[in-house]
This record gives sequence, C-alpha cells and structure tokens, in this order.
Amino acid sequence: MANKPIVDFEAIKNNLSNVSKPIQVLNENAEITDQEIFDTFSDDDLVEFMKKMVWERALHEQTMNFSRQGRMGFYAPTEGEEASEMGTVLAMKKQDYLLPAYRDVPQLIQHGATVTEAYLWSRGHVIGNKFKARSMMPQIIIGAAYVEAAGVGLGIKKNKEEDTIAFTYTGDGGTSQGDSYEGMNFAGAYQAPVLFIVQNNGFAISTPRVKQTAAPTLAQKAVAAGIPSVQVDGMDILACYAVAKAARDYMVAGNGPVLIETLTYRFGAHSSAGDDPKRYRTKEQEQPWFEKDPLIRLRKVLTDKGLWSEEQEDKLTDEYKASFKESIKEADAVPADTVSDMLKRTFEIPTPEMRKEIDKFEAKESK
Amino acid sequence: MAKKTYIQAITDALDIALEDDPKTLIFGEDVGKNGGVFRTTQGLQEKYGEDRVFDTPLAESGILGLATGLGLTGWRPIPEIQFMGFSFEAVDQIAGQLARMRFRFDGTKNAPVTIRTPYGGGTHTAEMHADNLENFFTGIPGLRVVMPSNPYDAKGLLISSIENNDPVLFMENLKLYRSMKDDIPDGKYTVPLDKANVVREGNDVTIVAYGAEVNEALKVADTLAEKNVSAEVIDLRTVSPIDTDTIFKSIEKTHKVVIVQEAQKMAGVGAQVASAIAEDAILSLDAPIGRVAAPNSVYPFALGEDIWIPRAKEIEEKVNEILNY
Repeated sequence: MANKPIVDFEAIKNNLSNVSKPIQVLNENAEITDQEIFDTFSDDDLVEFMKKMVWERALHEQTMNFSRQGRMGFYAPTEGEEASEMGTVLAMKKQDYLLPAYRDVPQLIQHGATVTEAYLWSRGHVIGNKFKARSMMPQIIIGAAYVEAAGVGLGIKKNKEEDTIAFTYTGDGGTSQGDSYEGMNFAGAYQAPVLFIVQNNGFAISTPRVKQTAAPTLAQKAVAAGIPSVQVDGMDILACYAVAKAARDYMVAGNGPVLIETLTYRFGAHSSAGDDPKRYRTKEQEQPWFEKDPLIRLRKVLTDKGLWSEEQEDKLTDEYKASFKESIKEADAVPADTVSDMLKRTFEIPTPEMRKEIDKFEAKESK
Repeated sequence: MAKKTYIQAITDALDIALEDDPKTLIFGEDVGKNGGVFRTTQGLQEKYGEDRVFDTPLAESGILGLATGLGLTGWRPIPEIQFMGFSFEAVDQIAGQLARMRFRFDGTKNAPVTIRTPYGGGTHTAEMHADNLENFFTGIPGLRVVMPSNPYDAKGLLISSIENNDPVLFMENLKLYRSMKDDIPDGKYTVPLDKANVVREGNDVTIVAYGAEVNEALKVADTLAEKNVSAEVIDLRTVSPIDTDTIFKSIEKTHKVVIVQEAQKMAGVGAQVASAIAEDAILSLDAPIGRVAAPNSVYPFALGEDIWIPRAKEIEEKVNEILNY
C-alpha cells in the first residue's frame, strides 16, 4: 500500500477559497486602486454618493438621539455600513423588489418609504409597514427573506417584468441559516433574478464571523447553488455601487441570481436595546475598522477635487437632522392602533367568532 | 356527475382553479411529471404546462418561501407539502410569514396561498407521514385550517380555499384518499369555509367530528338508530376558525355532546370546542362533555396505529356513557 492517500482531502480543503480578491476602487487612504471603475463616475456622481452616506450617518446619529430620549422602539445601528447599504441600493431601480432585514431600514427609505414610516416601524405601529415602496417590511427572522426573495424573483420572471429584479440583504450570521441556502438554491434552480447581498459586518450580535462557518468566504456559499458570487470592499461606496450595478445589469439581461458579499463593519452595537460591543470586541480590533470609515476616503477624494468642504457637510447634516425631527413629529401625531382594527386586519373577511370580538372591542373603544 | 375518489375530487378542483384563474400555480415535490406521489396533480402539468405546474427542489421552507414571494408578486400559489410531517421544516414560513402577511401590511399585501398536505392515520406509513398536526396549526392566528371528510366536500372546500385571499392550510386525509367515493358534479361548485355541516340530524346526542372521524361517527349513528337513539352528527369542515353557532344550536336541542378527533387530546380542536361550549353554552347540557381523542403519546409507528387511533368502537362507548349519565 502506498502512503499517498487515495483522496488528498487536506489539499482540497486548503484550496476552497475560490472567490477572487475583493473588488475595491478606493482604498482607506483614498488612493484609487481601480482607475477603470473610478473613471465611470462623474464628479456629480461622487458628490451624490457622499451626500447619501452623510444622510445615512445623520439618520443614524439622530435616530440614536431619539432612542436615548426613549422616542424609538427597536433600532439596529447602521454606522460604518453606509457604503455597503447606500452603494448597493443606489444601483437598484424603483421597480425592483426589496426584501430587507432589520438593519436595512436606510435602504428601505432610499427605495421609497418615508422616514416617518421607518420611525413608526421602529416603534411598532402598523402604519410603518404601509409604505409605497416595492418592498417587504424589514425582516426579523434571519433567513426568511432569502427564501421569499426566490419567490419574488420567480414571480418577476413569470410576470415577464422587464428591467426588474428582486434584491435582499442578510448579514454574516444570516448565511448560517438553512433558509439562506434554500433561497439561493431555489433562485438558482429557477434562474430567478435575485440579488443576494451579504453584509458581512464581522459579528452576529457577539458571535464573530470565524465562528459562523469554516468556509473561507461567505461569497462562496453561493457556489454550491450554482450562483456566481463576489466579494467587495464594503467600506468603499464606489466599489459597492459598481458591483451591484454590474450584478443588476447581468440579471436583467436574462440571467439568474448573483451573490455579493460586502466586507464591512458595524461601528456600534447590534441594537439600541442594551447590546454592549465592549463585551466581545477590543479597541485594538475596532480601531483599524474605524480608520476604514467609508465617509473618510470619499470625503478626501472630494475635498482634494475641490468638490466638498467641512462647512458643506455640517450644513447638510444639520438639514437632514432637522428633517428627521419633523418626521418624528409626524410619527407622534399618528393615532394609536385599536384592538378592533387588529382583529379586522387578521383576515380579509372576519370569521363569525372574530366579528363578535370586533363588536365587543368597538363598543369599548367608542366609550 | 361521476363517482370519484377523494384524490380525483381534489384533482378536479385543481384543474378548475388552473382553468379559471391564470394566476394560479401548483408546485411542490414531484407534482409535475409524476403527478404527485398520490397522483392528485396527475395530468395537470401536461394540460397547463410547466410554467403553471412545476416541481421544486426538496426543501419545504423553500417551497413555502416561494409561495410567499409569488403571492407578493400577484400570483395565487397552491403549494403542496408532500406529507404533513414535513411541514415542521416550514413552520416559520407558515406561522411567521404567510399567516401574518395581511395583518402586517394592513391589507396592502396579502398571501392568497393554499397549502395542500396529506395527513391522517390508518395506512401504515413511515414515521412523520400520518400525524394529525391540526392541533399545532390551529393555534396560528391568520391561518385557516380546513379538513374535508369526504370527496364531495374536498372538491368544494378546495375551490373555496383557493379563491380565498388569505392563507389556508388544506389537510387531505390519507386514509380517505382512495377508500371513499362520492357523486361529484362536473364543473365548479363551492362548499363554504368557516361553516360546519350537520351531516345527520338527530335529537338525543350531538357528535362533533372532523376529517376521517366523521365517517366513524356516522357508523355510530347508524348503530344507535337501530336502538332507536337518534344522534346528530356535525362535521366541522373548517377547524380554524370553528363554527360554534352550529354546535350551540345542536346541543340546545340534544343537551348532550361528544367531541371526536383522531389527534392527541392535548390542547387542540376538541379542547377548543369543549372550551367554547363550557364558556358560552354550558347550560344547554344535562351531562358532562364527552371527548374521544388519541392518547397523548407521540404518534405511533405503523404497527401501533390500529390500537392507538380511536374509531367507531371508542366513539360508541363514549356516546353510551354520556347517554346513560
């Protein structure tokens, strides 16, 4: 018997990382690392990207303020993920169907929901889900959006909707859910136009990415479902936009799904409800990521080009925050829900039993 | 009009749904070329094409996620879960997603989805194929659960379920699939949801049943009739919601009730019926509420089914006990 193993599993294991290097346009020192992609953007585009990231940062800061004042419900902080979130959603069109998770509220607003609706969603009022945007509500069950996105993508394909895709988000932890694989596998099997976006921000609450899976990248989880996938620098809005747009272009040309893994970082807590990252992250781990802040690099490029100034950014931030204060006033003015309405919206036609309950609550509510 | 089995009645209903509404879609494991493992979708792919009737990968959560997404984009999905025990794989999509859709969006989005799935004991299947899981699913607000007891109802209730704009879990009884034939009218007819059916009128005792146990209750009513006892038999048809009005009206006349189910006794349909009577109609009774249900063990392996599932004999014993109280 030869000593050579029949199958060299160790060699196969060491060769699993078959996804190419993350795509990047601007590095953290604001150096252009891909001139070809960079040149596809006009100065106006660059300013627009910056404004969107400033908007998302302002939304985060103001929402955290409201949260500290006890004026918000559940809120998942987005600071640090502006390039990943705005870059991908800006590459989409209004007719595309969004299936967001709970950290994707900024994309939902960008896609057509109002800030007032977003605040009502956070507080837990049904009006928050009655947005005009073509979107599901922010999904709480991790993985559910992936299987639903496969259905939405197949529906779009069966409707023969031109120039339209479904796009959905989850995080690094979300890729461990069985539903994530089922969703990708169904979309692959039906060649449905679904863009799966994994925002890998390093932590699922406290559990680090390395403990989620032995897979070298999350992007390669799509490979088993026959789906092309790519990693992108999630702190670089130019790369996120360019890759998301390329994926969308590929799909609307009649192709099946794509997966994008954005390498990003959650600067703050998992949620505003008591999570403390100090319990599971050190300053030394955080600092390099803070230096990769997506706003810093684009700000530098724009400032060097004479297209941006600190005063301009401060003024914009103030304007955005003032508008969010108006939005929360609007949210405050929305009448409280009633139990009779909760019963009425359970079925299209209330059952006889529920009809009796509705009458009972309506009588109470009219007092 | 022709004599048809429960399976053939369901195929009829699906054929009509595909014909009537171009937005209906049938999908699931092996429902296409194979026509389903019980042939309930036989010939439908051939007739309506692979766009309308298609096979899925083998994953129940994926199947129902597909249904949710297709519903959101204007389709009317009729997914099949091959055996009800497999629905545990899809509980989030049923309870966490489909059943909440109208409520979440205040009607601006909905889930016009009818999930078909076979269940029920007596055919000696492998584990997780026969369990009566309605006790579990009737606890989900926003979901209707329908359990026809005969081929005629199966066709009419399935058409009503598909036409309904809210999600329906449509449970098809395995034991009845091929053991019963009814005269089935050609073409479309409906049987209303949320409404129980008095299948036999009587004055001395009310037997409330659903699914395969309705037929057992009717056997008992026949036996009792020979002894000049007249039993009224109510078929719930829809087990969530439960039509309590029909039950209350009956017990006002008979003053006695026995509630029958094939499922385990704990926290389920029979318990809900008993509780509704106790809460709102207890003074109609002159004897305790009688219950016939399976023991609270795990559903038995195939060889244990016959001693575990309550059938006519157990029903008759309980009815006699209540009559002689």
